[in-house]
Amino acid sequence: MGTTASQLSKESLSEYQELTFLTKQEILLAHKRFTELLEKHEKEQIDARVPIGRIITLPELKSNPFKERICQVFSTSEQKDGSLTFEDFLDLLSAFSDSATLEIKSHYAFRIFDFDDDGTLDCADLEKLVNCLTGETNDAKLSSTEMKQLISNILEESDIDKDGTVNLSEFQHVISRSPDFVR
Amino acid sequence: MDYNVNICETDIDYENLADGEPAQDFSFNPINEPETSTQNCPEILEMEVFKECTDVQSNRSSYTSDESHDREEISHLQRHGWSAATVKVLASMPSRTAELNKSRRVRYQASSHESPHLSRPVQGASVLAEAEEINTEDSNLCAAENNMDQLVSSLQGLSVSEGTRKLRAMPLSLADKIEIRKVAFSLKTESSFIGRNIPCYTHLSMYISMTWRHCLFSCLPVFSSFKLWHSALKTLSGRYGTGVLSYFLFLRTLLFLNLLLFVITGLFLIIPQGINPPPSPKADFSGIELLTGTGYFSDSLMFYGYYSSETLPGDQYRMPAAYFFTIGFTLFIICIILVYRLSKSFGKNFQVLKSNKNLAVKVFSCWDFKVSKKISVRLQSEKISTQLKEQLSEMIKGEDKKTCMQHLHRLIVHLLAWTACLISIFLGTIGVHNLSGKKIDIKTTLNLPKDTELLVLSAVVSGINLLLPGFFNLCVWAEQYESPGTRVYVSVFRNLLLKVSVIGVLCYRWLESIPANGLECWESSVGQELYRLLVMDFIVTVLYTFLGEFLWRVFSQTILQKKRKPVFDIARNVLELIYGQTLTWIGVLFAPLLPGVQLIKLIVLFYMKKRSLILNCQASRKPWRATQMTTLFICILWFPSFLGTVVTIIYTVWTIKPSEKCGPFRNLTTMFEGGQMSTRHLEDAHPILKWLSWVYDCLVENPVFLFLASGVFLMVIYFQAQVVDGQRKIISRLEKQIENEGKDKKFLIAKLQDLCK
Repeated sequence: MGTTASQLSKESLSEYQELTFLTKQEILLAHKRFTELLEKHEKEQIDARVPIGRIITLPELKSNPFKERICQVFSTSEQKDGSLTFEDFLDLLSAFSDSATLEIKSHYAFRIFDFDDDGTLDCADLEKLVNCLTGETNDAKLSSTEMKQLISNILEESDIDKDGTVNLSEFQHVISRSPDFVR
Repeated sequence: MDYNVNICETDIDYENLADGEPAQDFSFNPINEPETSTQNCPEILEMEVFKECTDVQSNRSSYTSDESHDREEISHLQRHGWSAATVKVLASMPSRTAELNKSRRVRYQASSHESPHLSRPVQGASVLAEAEEINTEDSNLCAAENNMDQLVSSLQGLSVSEGTRKLRAMPLSLADKIEIRKVAFSLKTESSFIGRNIPCYTHLSMYISMTWRHCLFSCLPVFSSFKLWHSALKTLSGRYGTGVLSYFLFLRTLLFLNLLLFVITGLFLIIPQGINPPPSPKADFSGIELLTGTGYFSDSLMFYGYYSSETLPGDQYRMPAAYFFTIGFTLFIICIILVYRLSKSFGKNFQVLKSNKNLAVKVFSCWDFKVSKKISVRLQSEKISTQLKEQLSEMIKGEDKKTCMQHLHRLIVHLLAWTACLISIFLGTIGVHNLSGKKIDIKTTLNLPKDTELLVLSAVVSGINLLLPGFFNLCVWAEQYESPGTRVYVSVFRNLLLKVSVIGVLCYRWLESIPANGLECWESSVGQELYRLLVMDFIVTVLYTFLGEFLWRVFSQTILQKKRKPVFDIARNVLELIYGQTLTWIGVLFAPLLPGVQLIKLIVLFYMKKRSLILNCQASRKPWRATQMTTLFICILWFPSFLGTVVTIIYTVWTIKPSEKCGPFRNLTTMFEGGQMSTRHLEDAHPILKWLSWVYDCLVENPVFLFLASGVFLMVIYFQAQVVDGQRKIISRLEKQIENEGKDKKFLIAKLQDLCK
């Protein structure tokens, strides 16, 4: 069931509420914000897709260094262009909500950090991740020695089967040790 | 066996290579070679090989259709010195393709550990069978469909709501979940409440039961499900991060504790007594009473002296019994709540595996997604970068070798600072002690209203609480601790020492000297002093927040020329909250309305601090480990604060003689005796309770039982410690096992390649 015109049907609302971690008010608010992003002609379409360029203008995502990855991960489009339907948008909000389980959060975190979408976090992914975290300014970026040291430390701590990459289970294992993994 | 060992050795060598230098090998191809031959022979060879020998072909075809992507993958992974073929096989193993399959439209593999049979068909037999039949890209679809059927059938076994909940926790897209639900529950139309032709009453009852179940399952522990100030806290954490948020969450926790205390005392003590006021002359009300608590207030519901010691007329309500049991009951409930929160905090914080560096954890989980303002995001990045750089530079350079002189210098500085702090605490305590003993005579020429001299003590105490922490901050700044964690712990410890000594000396004064003084109603006067301390503390905090932080900001921006605003001092503020709460808890016995006062104070404090934060402060650049700090604060709330209160109250109730002319326990030797008398009255009224008191006499008052209970308790602790130890050992063994299996995997692949050549 998609969204019809610009109103959510009661059935869709309760279905969304059951299958995501959002409350009804949150879903309605999300719907409002989403329809604001749609162009006039898209508003009448069922299952309209908002391209990634418009999604990242949302104030909550604008300054987030992971915004493109987030859109890519939650997008269900065939062309992998990061565009989101309303249901993808709800998935996004649900995964980031406070009531989402640790498993869901760690699963999606892993996919967000996996920049090349190969199913594991290898050195290139880790390097991109650290660069996103430290920001773009030159003095905040880590030097290459520091980067190498950091990556080797990370792999030493999290890579249990010693294959040089961090897969989902290893990632979840590391995360479960951190009490600060709250978003 | 020899061969085996050699392979393992070379593996280790490869892992230690940082730059991919060519290494000696026995069976692995040298690194430089495969880049040219990747495209042709090894791949085709591989394809024949695996069709015959292994089971991964079906998954390999689903991996990616992009050849160039493969090549890129391989050349990158080759830095680790494995052959291209090995690497290709490893990359297409089921454990890695589990993620990729999700990006397809037909994706029904759930990687949650609840359904392991869906995600990893690693074990040989079933997958081999699959592989033998199929060899095309359709294989993925078939496998996926099999998985979908399995998922659907597993969901059908559950009830609708449980199945929905399980589905909700799976990392699939919403569209997929809707489809699966339709398929899985299409047979259960009669229990689907997305209404089809069902009669009204069934619809209603189903709706009620659904709502009830929803309530039940979303019923978290009482305090954490309250949404008070939810949006305000969200904006605060967005701008200032989780450190400042932890202060406000702590404030909210204390608010709820006080609310609970107030409601219980209100219901059982204040309202019954309020309805039946005892006859007493009322003094006039003048403004100063709000500060001093004397005069009009001294004969009011506020303080102990007002409560009568007989049965209230018309109600058959025994006030002494009510007083005793209410206070005991509230303290008991608070004890349980605090222990519960403490154990939860400790559970979150205590890691079975402690690694000393924790860099991976930091990198993966330090990004605070709640932060949304651009400036805060930039600040966060800077903070993370600084943190990482500090730790890395330590690792790269190694510890600085300090000279003997530097060591000595640091030692002297530390000693000086500690001595200064301890002396200041000592002086402050002595001052309070002497001041509380003397009677102050303010010259009447100043024309101040009566009883103002009572305010002097509380003003001095608040002044000490205000100035000395600033002095401690100065000491810490002079000592220049290397790690920010140590700095925080040291300053928290010093502040704590100060507050404990001040409260300690005051308690000593109240419990030892005052009853012996021969005052008419000493409990009320103790209550009044507590009230004054609380109010004065509040006034000073307000003044400090508005004037102090504002002035400091102006000072630092104009005179010190710092571009940044000052930082919110979390440790100091939290300790002030704990101090206020301790006073309230001690005061409940002597002034039952005190929790109400504390409640008002906390509410006003919240809005005030929020305002001041936005105006005057900014987020800290230093890292703040929110969970550890929260655990520390709850620990401090439990151990010196609450336990100290309980000890004080028990001492008061057990040993000190209540005053004879006022209060619910007049004409008794101790308050405890009052409690005992009330129980005896109750037993006489309800003989059933006699057996309860018999049980109490046998068990609680018998020392053998207490020894037994503590022995059992200690054994349980020992047992738990052993279990944790054992788990730690198991974890390290399992990690070793996984590592070995990884090596086995690579070895087998290499061997197979050799055999099939």
